Amino acid sequence: MAYSEKVIDHYQHPKNVGTLDKAKKNVGTGLVGAPECGDVMRLQIEVDEESGIISDAKFKTFGCGSAIASSSLATEWLKGKTVDQALAIDNMDIVEELNLPPVKIHCSVLAEDAIKAAINDYRVKNGLAELELEEKKH
Amino acid sequence: MGFIEFMDLKLPIYLDNNATTPCDPRVVEAMLPYFTEKFGNAASRSHAFGWVAEEAVDYAREQVAKLINAETKEIIFTSGATEADNLALKGVFEMYASKGNHIITCTTEHKAVLDTCKHIEKLGGEVTYLPVKADGLIDLAELEKAITAKTILIAIMYGNNEIGVVQPIREISAIARKHGVLFFTDATQAVGKIPVDVQADGIDLMAFSAHKMYGPKGVGALYVRRKNPRVKVTAQMDGGGHERGMRSGTMNVPGIVGFGKACEICRKEMEAEAARLSILRDKLEKGLLELEEAYVNGNTEHRLPHVANISFKYVEGEGLMMGFNKNIALSSGSACTSASLEPSYVLKALGLGDDLAHSSLRFGLGRFTTEEQIDYTIGAIKETVLKLREMSPLWEMFKEGIDLNSIEWAHH
Repeated sequence: MAYSEKVIDHYQHPKNVGTLDKAKKNVGTGLVGAPECGDVMRLQIEVDEESGIISDAKFKTFGCGSAIASSSLATEWLKGKTVDQALAIDNMDIVEELNLPPVKIHCSVLAEDAIKAAINDYRVKNGLAELELEEKKH
Repeated sequence: MGFIEFMDLKLPIYLDNNATTPCDPRVVEAMLPYFTEKFGNAASRSHAFGWVAEEAVDYAREQVAKLINAETKEIIFTSGATEADNLALKGVFEMYASKGNHIITCTTEHKAVLDTCKHIEKLGGEVTYLPVKADGLIDLAELEKAITAKTILIAIMYGNNEIGVVQPIREISAIARKHGVLFFTDATQAVGKIPVDVQADGIDLMAFSAHKMYGPKGVGALYVRRKNPRVKVTAQMDGGGHERGMRSGTMNVPGIVGFGKACEICRKEMEAEAARLSILRDKLEKGLLELEEAYVNGNTEHRLPHVANISFKYVEGEGLMMGFNKNIALSSGSACTSASLEPSYVLKALGLGDDLAHSSLRFGLGRFTTEEQIDYTIGAIKETVLKLREMSPLWEMFKEGIDLNSIEWAHH
């Protein structure tokens, strides 16, 4: 199976690989997937407390090229958005942007789950209620 | 990548010789006349075109038989090893129905054997799937224990296609003999790579294929013993009664000629080739095991000389291959592309966790692999593993001393 150019570009030059300090109150961490399934994504956001805007986002991913590209793209999209705007990111947007084939759609679902998990972690840390997340099929 | 500094480095590098091998040019040369001027049907008895073709098939049959120390009449040409596996299993099941209905095989067999066994179960057969030990070898005591009064066949492969582990064939055949049970082996990966001798090894039926030994695709053979004991299989392909009634269908003359030539070359060159490839394989393995948390899968003592299967913990196999698949062709035990997401059943049968199975690469060296290519491969894979580990949350956790088993993963 051939990868799209965008997937290859993210794989070769991943954006925002790294780790934020999860002890900080304004950092939300989402860890999704499982080693047994061949995909684990950790996505982190740092929220500017005054503006409510995501000022930084980092990821680390164990997985195939599409999983790496999906999480790399997600971090790019997150930066500069408010938390509410970030919640609107849909996995199909990632599929479209990266031209993911059907067998790789689960990578985009995982990235969306990671975003939501990171936001929930941030919300809980800041005394907000956890959001109910709809289950998407992986 | 900054590696292209070798004079003799030919890219891309093919290290997937367990999937298929390129045709040796000498094989192609032998085949060519049989497409054009010598195009006859080997079954045409009434004219010279047929005689020439028949003669070519007879000669190839000798070349094939000689490689495995068989008689020419014991070679049944088929379309490949899958067909030979089907013919052996279904053919014995049908032929020996009055004797019993039980077949013993093992969990690391090729799908051509496992799925045929599943089919036989639907037809009323009983199949025992022996587990393998952590090194991929079967337990001989378990094998013997599994034999019942109803057992008609033991089907255990010679060399495994994913990990290269070579089963104790002579010990298995001795057990089969002792209990009056037939022994069939799928030797697709072994024939032409290591000495396979149906007499010394005590094999009753054996499947193998041309395209794994530098011959063409679409041709293979089933060895069927004629003496001590005389083995019979019920045909699974009916028609013109070719191959002494055991496999009807017009002979693939160019393919068979190529198969014969490939067998002859292997017979003459196998020993030197195996020695050369095992040195290269060991160099590859040693180089890659310099990485932390890299493990060889399967027994390393009883193993095909050209095969290595290595897991690189905390990186995923498909993602890993993407780092160099423009220049290096190999395969992974990960199955991220398949809808099931199930990693290699062979590696799982060894007791590997899914995480390690997902992190594995299979290397199959071949006749045309060079040392420069191996040096390049070591460098490229190491570089990619290190790069991906920098990106791997699992590697970070491992380095922080976090036990990954203590984490509650969200399984999907």
